[in-house]
Amino acid sequence: MTPILPADFADLEPYADWCLPTEAERYAKRLASPMDEMQAFYDAAFPRLEQILAYLDGFPFDALPDDARRLLELSYSLVNVSFPVEVWRQARVPDSGAASVDAVVEPAV
Amino acid sequence: MAHFPKPAEGSWTEHYPDLGTGPVDYEDSISPEFYELERKAIFNRTWLNVGRVEQVPRAGRYFTKELQCAGTSVIIVRDKDGGVRGFHNICRHRGNKLVWNDFPNEETAGTCRQFTCKYHGWRYDLDGSLTFVQQESEFFDLDKEAYGLVPVQTEVWEGFVFVNLDPDNTTSVKEYLGELGAGLEGYPFGEMTQVYKYRATVGSNWKLFIDAFAEFYHAPVLHAKQAADEESRKLQGYGFEALSYVIDGPHSMVSSWGGMAPPKDPSMVKPIENVLRSGLFGPWDRPDIAGLDPLPASVNPARSPNWGVDSFVLFPNFMLLVWAPGWYLTYHYWPTSYNTHIFEGTLYFVPPKNATERLRQELAAVTFKEYALQDGNTLEATQTMIESRAVTEFPLNDQEILLRHLHKTARGYVADHQKTGTSVDLPTQR
Repeated sequence: MTPILPADFADLEPYADWCLPTEAERYAKRLASPMDEMQAFYDAAFPRLEQILAYLDGFPFDALPDDARRLLELSYSLVNVSFPVEVWRQARVPDSGAASVDAVVEPAV
Repeated sequence: MAHFPKPAEGSWTEHYPDLGTGPVDYEDSISPEFYELERKAIFNRTWLNVGRVEQVPRAGRYFTKELQCAGTSVIIVRDKDGGVRGFHNICRHRGNKLVWNDFPNEETAGTCRQFTCKYHGWRYDLDGSLTFVQQESEFFDLDKEAYGLVPVQTEVWEGFVFVNLDPDNTTSVKEYLGELGAGLEGYPFGEMTQVYKYRATVGSNWKLFIDAFAEFYHAPVLHAKQAADEESRKLQGYGFEALSYVIDGPHSMVSSWGGMAPPKDPSMVKPIENVLRSGLFGPWDRPDIAGLDPLPASVNPARSPNWGVDSFVLFPNFMLLVWAPGWYLTYHYWPTSYNTHIFEGTLYFVPPKNATERLRQELAAVTFKEYALQDGNTLEATQTMIESRAVTEFPLNDQEILLRHLHKTARGYVADHQKTGTSVDLPTQR
């Protein structure tokens, strides 16, 4: 498969399906994912977070190359799964029942 | 065991003696008849915040706002002279909704030179004047000047766009928002243009959700699992006490301590919060903009070094939260029936300069949604049980003073409206 992330982060390629541009896609994938998959993604990506920040901050934010933008999108997913992994131990927010909250405006990048 | 001083009367509630201290009933939140009265007395009479000027940056930019609570839809548009105008969203010809996309009941936004009705092609200029009538000669003495869009009183305060559906209203927004509003003027709202907006349909009366966000007594309990275990136990042990409460006419605010920037002990927060330096209270580091120091008078009124967030309840359905780390959040509660409403939560940050700042904001936004999901679900449970009327009187503590005030204010507006004689055609209140 063609790599889609910057070469420095080749170890995260197995989690490239978490490169999702919208909150709705990230949240839907979280709800649809078993905990062990999210744990594996978190365990691989979280220790790299500081390096990810340093790498991405090397570019002007309004001119991120495509592979860097995908790495940023993967990091948004890491933020999203940090709740199930660090706090809830389940994909859904506890006690949230049938409630849903939809993102209707979010930044373009 | 008090951690923060209270007024000389001994409590915040007794500092405002009109509020009383007895148990309250929530008939105003479970009665379809009362809701119909609120629509006339409140939502058709008071200033309603429908958006921000950033949504209409240039001439021709517009957005629509569905106001089921007031029985109408409005168009907000930037006109050619740079003014912000509002109109009822109705074509003067046959009454079709003028501006909509695919689904007539959904809000929309865009840019245009003129508004064109989908039905028969009548066109209106950005100032509302009727400019084109299809087959005009077929009409009988049609005076186009008399068929412009019906204007709605529209004013901008600190970049917030308000409408008032009462054509006889003579109070400006500024006057309506009183001293509390005046003390917010000058806050750099206009610098905070990076927007995250969330929407939810909630199965509760609109006031009950304001109640949920106007007290923090619930926070250490309902959201216990959101903090690290040891921190969570400590927070429950302390309970919650506000730094200050202010009531000003129909409006009110609570000033709260909190935020961890940075935390004294890293084990107090989630691992990702430590790496990103951000969390529920927002990014830990203030953006480098003017206007955050000193803060305007209404913000952190106790001038406490422990200040974390101020929550302003701007009657009827607009809440404004100003956070110590330099960002703000708005809540809107748009009633759709006596026991349902649409909730909107919108986060506003200074645009990020790099990916790190962007990710800090993302963490704050994601955290907001996790909390909102818990709060929203609790409300449906409250609404259904209050509706059972198995219990009709409920005690409120001193940290719930704003709830007491909100329900009293809503009942007051309804009572005044009934007294002024415009209520002859209204159903009688039980």
